Amino acid sequence: MAPYLTSPLESVDSALTSATKTAPALVAPEPEHCPGPESTLAGQGDACAGCPNQAICASAPKGPDPDIPLITQRLAGISHKILVLSGKGGVGKSTFTTMLAHAFASNPSNTVGIMDTDICGPSIPKMMGVESETIHVTSTGWEPVWVSDNLGVMSVQFMLPNRDDAVIWRGAKKNGLIKQFLKDVEWGVMDYLVIDTPPGTSDEHLSVNGYLKESGVDGAVLVTTPQEVALLDVRKEIDFCRKAGIRILGLVENMSGFVCPKCTHTSEIFRATTGGGGWLAKEMDIPFLGAVPLDSRIGMACDFGESFFDSFPDSPTCGALKEVVRNVGTELGVKAEDVLGEDGEHDLDMLAVMILNSAGSVATSVDLIDEHLLAIAGTRFDTGRTYYRFCFPVRAKPSDKYHTTKFAIPQ
Amino acid sequence: MSLKDVKHIVLVLSGKGGVGKSSVTTQLALTLSLKGCSVGVLDVDLTGPSIPRFFGIENEKNGHGHTNGNGDAAHTTGLAKGHGSLSCMSLGFLLGDRGDAVVWRGPKKTAMVRQFLSDVLWGSLDYLLIDTPPGTSDEHISLVETLLKEATPEQMAGAVIVTTPQAISISDVKKEINFCRKTGVMILGVIENMAGFVCPNCSECTNVFSKGGGQVMAQEFDVPFMGSLPIDPMFIRLIEEGRRPVYPEGTVIDGQAMQTNRNADSDEAETAGLLVEKYTACSLYPLFDGIVKQLLSKIEP
Repeated sequence: MAPYLTSPLESVDSALTSATKTAPALVAPEPEHCPGPESTLAGQGDACAGCPNQAICASAPKGPDPDIPLITQRLAGISHKILVLSGKGGVGKSTFTTMLAHAFASNPSNTVGIMDTDICGPSIPKMMGVESETIHVTSTGWEPVWVSDNLGVMSVQFMLPNRDDAVIWRGAKKNGLIKQFLKDVEWGVMDYLVIDTPPGTSDEHLSVNGYLKESGVDGAVLVTTPQEVALLDVRKEIDFCRKAGIRILGLVENMSGFVCPKCTHTSEIFRATTGGGGWLAKEMDIPFLGAVPLDSRIGMACDFGESFFDSFPDSPTCGALKEVVRNVGTELGVKAEDVLGEDGEHDLDMLAVMILNSAGSVATSVDLIDEHLLAIAGTRFDTGRTYYRFCFPVRAKPSDKYHTTKFAIPQ
Repeated sequence: MSLKDVKHIVLVLSGKGGVGKSSVTTQLALTLSLKGCSVGVLDVDLTGPSIPRFFGIENEKNGHGHTNGNGDAAHTTGLAKGHGSLSCMSLGFLLGDRGDAVVWRGPKKTAMVRQFLSDVLWGSLDYLLIDTPPGTSDEHISLVETLLKEATPEQMAGAVIVTTPQAISISDVKKEINFCRKTGVMILGVIENMAGFVCPNCSECTNVFSKGGGQVMAQEFDVPFMGSLPIDPMFIRLIEEGRRPVYPEGTVIDGQAMQTNRNADSDEAETAGLLVEKYTACSLYPLFDGIVKQLLSKIEP
């Protein structure tokens, strides 16, 4: 039997619906090709023959999971729930999650929570500087770890006796923990809950989506880097969101350009040979939230668990990030002054991207330079033509050399 | 058993995503092939397969028609004199559309990993490199479980661990080392990727993701450190656009002068040739040559 996946779509739909069904307690691990104990086919599939769980699965009631109303009730006090997703690993999901949370929390009237659903590689506690904390259990539930007065965090890392311990868990066990995070953690009244996810489109994503369906997720922010190898996986994630009915708040391009600290020459480390995130957003018809340039100090701030906004407020990356956060706020329908707790003016000291067509005329208006992100998203690209993408700091001198990437829009 | 004629199996692991597992796998495969070894690359990253893109064979479909009850034939890239054969298998070849999401829970992933290990017609191989997704979950458990059961201890050479230098990445990779310890997979060495970026304008080296973390971790866990690799935009250009790497005049890496862009005006001259041949012009090739020599001396003393 050759595994040929010309239509893997069927299984997506069934996987999505079965995520919210109640699962029976099993006596043995699920066999290969298990339809899933919560599936309507449980106990009847080909793979079920000879499985020790067969009788349990076949006879178990197949109603909706009884814990879902509990989760909905628990999360009722949270105004906005945002997922941070990416098909690709290491593009900056966790970094962006912490930035988004720090930015929201910079307005003292906001209360913000971060839930880390990356069970096997939790990075949030280290980035927030709370790696050695443990969870306190109170009579009302698990108390999140508070980084500041209005910023709480929950992660599997807090439950490990030794910080380097590997969590070698199969999917079913990870789902159980995610459910517990949603059901037992006492978030209280919150303005924003940002949910960080592991890379891929698998158990964790299905569970989060399934359990939160009823309480309602505002949407997902997708993170990518400019090169095609990353975009390829992000396309899959967009496909997943569409099938799962998750609203896409927009796409953020991270690590867009790198400004050399010595000569201020901008290089594209991860070259956008297919037009980068801006073009993918256009192609997929989703909002483009902005491009964030690479700054080695972000990594440093994360390693030391500091807020990048507080440590390096003068970095051009800060300006770009704030712009992205404002755009997320706009997509959520939140007033700009409520998002960051400031006047909401644009920062000029940020990385600009300009796109020219092959005739040399500007495809995006330079007049819109401080809103270049919006300008790119609003530009029409013709198929079959070649464009040139420039990356440079807005305050560059005319004598500076700019970096150019040529890209063609496929027919 | 499709692994019967495979001499050595090497896993490429990392707890963290996006540190360059697929990129390291690709370069190990190319370098081994340049040494005349026949190499197979198995991509068990089911929800985000990158290997087809790296080898520039995204449009290939697997031998659906060639299956004869024995399973799928692996896709083989072009051969040239003096190079070992190079074949790949990935879920990417099985998808109808490259944008399709593969939304699978654990048991299904387990089944696919087992099938990849039992049904692919690799033929006789010197090395089978297995590229993995980030984490320590279903794919990894199934992979190691199956390999420990099916492969002989002589075949199981061990794992190469890839990391980037910053502490965030190191903390995830430590978990992967503990995973290897718990499952009894030998660690062949640690490779530190993305250590430094050389500005093409002023040749100032910036440690974008800090530096030295991989070496410190290797010492702490008492595993061999195999080397530190810089970010080379020319390698990315080679993979993304198929262009032969060219460097500014006077670029010297590891004591060797790199190819400069004197005659690189025509597109054809830049893109012609096999990936393996073009890779020899890349600044990372001498570094990988050293890493592969270390690997070979460990695996085939």
